Amino acid sequence: MIEVRNLVKTYGDKHAVAGISFTANDGEILGFLGPNGAGKSTTMNILTGYLSSTSGEAYINGHDILEDPIAAKKEIGYLPEFPPLYLDMTVREYLCFVYELRGCRLPRNTHLKEICELVKMDNVIDRRINNLSKGYKQRVGLAQALVGNPNVLILDEPTVGLDPKQIIEIRTLIKKLGKNHTVILSSHILSEVQAVCDRIVVINQGKIVADDTADNLSRELTADHKLIARIDGPKDEVIKLVQTIPGVVSIVADMQRERGVWEYNIEAVEGTDIRRELNRRLMSRNWYILGLRSSELSLEDIFLKLTMGESVNEFLADKADDLAEHYEEAEK
Amino acid sequence: MSAILKRETRAYFDSLIGYIFLTAFFAGSGILFGVTSLQYGSTDMSGMYSGLFFILLVLIPILTMRTLSEEKRQKTDQLLLTAPISLTSLVLGKFFAAMIIYSIGVCMTLVYAVVISFFGAVSWLTVVGNVVGLLLLGAAYIAVGMLISSLTENQVIAAIGGFAATLLLYLIGTVAEIIPVQWISKILSELSFATRYNPFTYGVFDFSNVLFFISATVIFIFMTIRVLERRRWS
Repeated sequence: MIEVRNLVKTYGDKHAVAGISFTANDGEILGFLGPNGAGKSTTMNILTGYLSSTSGEAYINGHDILEDPIAAKKEIGYLPEFPPLYLDMTVREYLCFVYELRGCRLPRNTHLKEICELVKMDNVIDRRINNLSKGYKQRVGLAQALVGNPNVLILDEPTVGLDPKQIIEIRTLIKKLGKNHTVILSSHILSEVQAVCDRIVVINQGKIVADDTADNLSRELTADHKLIARIDGPKDEVIKLVQTIPGVVSIVADMQRERGVWEYNIEAVEGTDIRRELNRRLMSRNWYILGLRSSELSLEDIFLKLTMGESVNEFLADKADDLAEHYEEAEK
Repeated sequence: MSAILKRETRAYFDSLIGYIFLTAFFAGSGILFGVTSLQYGSTDMSGMYSGLFFILLVLIPILTMRTLSEEKRQKTDQLLLTAPISLTSLVLGKFFAAMIIYSIGVCMTLVYAVVISFFGAVSWLTVVGNVVGLLLLGAAYIAVGMLISSLTENQVIAAIGGFAATLLLYLIGTVAEIIPVQWISKILSELSFATRYNPFTYGVFDFSNVLFFISATVIFIFMTIRVLERRRWS
């Protein structure tokens, strides 16, 4: 379990971390999400005792990282942003060194063999780390964090530099590890956090801007009563028809997607579900709904919304304009 | 500490630095031995031991240049500083690893004494005193070199900085002689590594000199630990 209270880290007058508090429970995978430079790595470096916080407390399984660093560090396996590898050692020598450094008591050879099998690198164990590919180096870094079977794993962007197949493997592994470890992982890749983590903490400019499960996060910011419908039918008549549905506030034709098929943004009074009524009325006129979805924000939109604040609307508007231009050109 | 000690000692021989250091040390001491004891057909080895003082000025920084700077550059310090060990055992592990390599070099000078013993009577007590003096001097220099290495990420800067620092500690005595204010001159000459080391080569085993080098070593190791500690807070 990791408990963080009001963590602050300042460099001069710049706040790298400005009052972060959160708790990660046993058997939970917590995702740190934020743009580059948001303070993810700094927070992790403080949690692992590499940096000291300017103020605030961090407890690893009840041990204060500042007051009782050695006991706290025993509980942590840490994969920093750049795997801390000695390039002139072989994988085996390196892992043996980490094993001794951490003062492990487990039977050495079987333990290291297990780890190598877990991260799928038992075929390179006698090669010099310098000669390994980026993907394998990353795995050695991960293996190093697993030595001694620590309860808490702190992984700073664990899938950076891996190919898609390796990414899936590592994610599966992290999920597996998450069952009996407390895992904190950071990423700026949204789909990754969404795929792996039970809970997401979004950090921006050293502050937590959201802390919730992935589903809750998108639900919170989702507008169920806003629909995007792709309807096959004459545009103006469709608009007239839809406006007569009780509960509909507005309908705007967005753009023509196929010949004679327009996409409409429909907004209804909050809490009303107009989908069935919409379907029925269009059917009665022999017009077809070719696509219907609630204008739910993807995690990407949420992320932008949270980290960019007000300016996000402008950003999304720009994006929409770009898209429209693109379509116009394509039509020509 | 033992994990660090083992890895560091190995690393000296994995990275050639150990070989380069020992080769240069043997060559240096061999030449000195040749032009002093052998040339004059003397069993007095003080010429070689006092000459080694200058060779160490250049060689020790080579031994210590990468100890802490390279860790920082390769980011491996993140592994060491987040491992459940204290900073003291981290620094001491590295210190003793350098001491092991250095001691191998120093022990080589005993071979010269053995060579002489075939041709004449060797004053073994003096030789042992010299070896102890050389070890103490080296320990202090290694501690200085590590301190400089902890201040930079660049090996070359660490080496040159280490050379400058050890040279300064040597030159203090010379500077002391030309300072007219007597009490400053006195303090500086007391701090001079050369004035503290030379009595060993004459066969004078002064306990205060032993204490001086041990204190210097401890102080510089302590400062190295503080530098690492401070980096965490900056």
